[in-house]
Amino acid sequence: MIAAEAPIVTRGLTKRYEALTAVDQLDLEVQAGEIFGLLGQNGAGKTTTILMLLGLTEPTAGTARVVGLDPARRPLEVKRRVGYLPDAVGFYGNMTGRQNLRYTARLNGLERRDADARIAEALDQVGLADRADSTAETYSRGMLQRLGIADALIKQPSVLILDEPTTAIDPLGVVEILDLLRGLVRDRGMAILLSSHLLSQVQSVCDRVGIFAAGRLIGQGTVEDLATRFGEDTAHVEVGLELDGPAETERAAAVFASLDGVVGVGRPEGPAAGWRLDVRPASAERQVRQAVLAACVANGLTLSTLRASAPSLDEIYRRAVHQARPAAVSAA
Amino acid sequence: MSAAASPRPERAPAHERSQLARPAQEASALGRPGWTVIAGKEFADHLLSARFIVLLVVLALAAVVPLYFASARIRELAEQASGAQAVFLALFTLGSQQVPLLRVDAFVGIVAPLLGIAFAFDAVNGERSEGTLPRLLSQPIHRDDVINGKFAAGLAIISLVLTAIVAIIAGFGLLRLGIVPAGGEVLRIVAWLGLTIVYVALWLAFGLLLSVLLRRAATSALIGFGIWILITIFGGLIVGLVAGLLAPIPSGGGATDILASAQLQQLITRLLPSTLYQEASLVLLDPSITQVSTPSTIGQAIAAQEQIASLLSLDQSLLLVWPHVVALVALTVACFAAAYVAFMRQEVRA
Ligand SMILES: Nc1ncnc2c1ncn2[C@@H]1O[C@H](COP(=O)(O)OP(=O)(O)O)[C@@H](O)[C@H]1O
Ligand SMILES: [Mg+2]
Repeated sequence: MIAAEAPIVTRGLTKRYEALTAVDQLDLEVQAGEIFGLLGQNGAGKTTTILMLLGLTEPTAGTARVVGLDPARRPLEVKRRVGYLPDAVGFYGNMTGRQNLRYTARLNGLERRDADARIAEALDQVGLADRADSTAETYSRGMLQRLGIADALIKQPSVLILDEPTTAIDPLGVVEILDLLRGLVRDRGMAILLSSHLLSQVQSVCDRVGIFAAGRLIGQGTVEDLATRFGEDTAHVEVGLELDGPAETERAAAVFASLDGVVGVGRPEGPAAGWRLDVRPASAERQVRQAVLAACVANGLTLSTLRASAPSLDEIYRRAVHQARPAAVSAA
Repeated sequence: MSAAASPRPERAPAHERSQLARPAQEASALGRPGWTVIAGKEFADHLLSARFIVLLVVLALAAVVPLYFASARIRELAEQASGAQAVFLALFTLGSQQVPLLRVDAFVGIVAPLLGIAFAFDAVNGERSEGTLPRLLSQPIHRDDVINGKFAAGLAIISLVLTAIVAIIAGFGLLRLGIVPAGGEVLRIVAWLGLTIVYVALWLAFGLLLSVLLRRAATSALIGFGIWILITIFGGLIVGLVAGLLAPIPSGGGATDILASAQLQQLITRLLPSTLYQEASLVLLDPSITQVSTPSTIGQAIAAQEQIASLLSLDQSLLLVWPHVVALVALTVACFAAAYVAFMRQEVRA
């Protein structure tokens, strides 16, 4: 039996606007049951990619296949099965949230009774049930964003494409939204592609990410994969010490610097902050943590915290863009 | 201009068909076509909108004010010539004694374009600025369903308003003046209603075009209403100026110079949709009018003189204004086609 085709596949997908190449030779695969994060700064080409996946703009070259279909040739079929949250989504201000969703349901050919049940469920999922009957012009940006997610869920899609789903949502709301997305993947086996320029914000929710810069995908995989690939093989250990006086601080710095595998010692940047040790090779990180513990005991330093710090996607992004730049310049 | 020569709204020019054509194998799985869903929503929006009420009132005033001034004359006409033809049509065409322009057909003709512009100027750019367009287009509908649905809803609403206005005028005649239309008169009024709907549809298509081309609804409203004022109010003035520039009458110029200038003026006037409408409207509402406008050749003048005594039947009148109707329809189709093609080629995001 042949393995089912991934819900989103692109091969050499390219979009040029006159001189500008907005998306350059994109090869991407998003599997069912995973959240893929398309990450990159403004203007990286995320929205353009998404529009091509939905058949809303034509690729200059290359192909895309979404739910097994070519969106450029079968846009209706694709749009029937793919939920989409546009960037800066809007709703008709003179209609209530619920009426807006009803219109979407009608456009999807749903019967009124079916539609009302789905609408109620979707509103509940995004936490808008109690505001559903106010007109959309009274909604905040964040509420519109939530309504947009509910709107994308009305057609019960197997694929969800979300363009900047967390922008304009408060930090608590972001956690809720990301939990909701996790739940959708877990319970319905959806494939979710989300784009964001807020890398660290969505880092925790994505199974895999693709790093996008100037139209090119310069790396994809789990955050850890990318950390190994672009992190210059450096891991980080966070250490909290209870010290009194500058003399103690100097002593601690000397102790840390003498440890095997520690290539850099970052001093605390404030009274509450911890030390940050750069470890190379990254695989030595566990040994370094044990060595720190032993050294503290041996030197009479009082330890308050000791942990490996997760690779920061922002950091990875910076390095990835930096590494890719010479190649891009020579190719241009 | 002929209808056949203007592009059909359903087809994009061949060079961009690959981009625009709907894939043939893709039938909409909706119970009904997407454009009807959009048209239904838009129509309901229009009905509930303040502009609908305002326009209905403005148009009703445009009809009732001249009726009020002309009612004495109409009643007089009805009494002295009971059984005379076209008394009911006088409702539409008879002006007050003092101000001849104060007649229903002229008033409605001037105000009606407002309807078309008002229901279209923000059709597409409104969706863009509200951020609803990408969401709308990501539903399982064709892109042209949006513009077709909006045009259909606009047509429905202007037909509704205009029919209501005609009903008000007819009701006034029946109830207040006690005159009853003959069968032929009813047909003429229906034909005039149809003509007026076509004329307003032209402005609707023009408003739609503006809403596609211009990013801001305020700009397209301003330009739309500006052009309406320019054409309906200053139309004659502008035509005179242009004709004067193109064919100036030399000082001491003879009859031929004057005639040439007049002919040119008439030609330019004919290019204005408002003139096309006014001429056709006159002919349809008044069976005694046997020619569309002032004769421009001696032959026409003689021919006109020969027919002067007789009244035209409706089909003769229709024959007379047929070129006008065709031109108005062609202009409407051209405007809509331009809006359609521009919309299909635009990027989804603004
Ligand atoms: N219609 C267009 N015409 C020309 N350039 C465009 C158009 N749309 C987008 N671009 C350009 O394409 C690039 C990618 O844009 P976009 O996909 O919106 O980026 P992102 O969503 O990652 O912020 C940008 O440089 C943008 O200016
Ligand atoms: Mg974007």
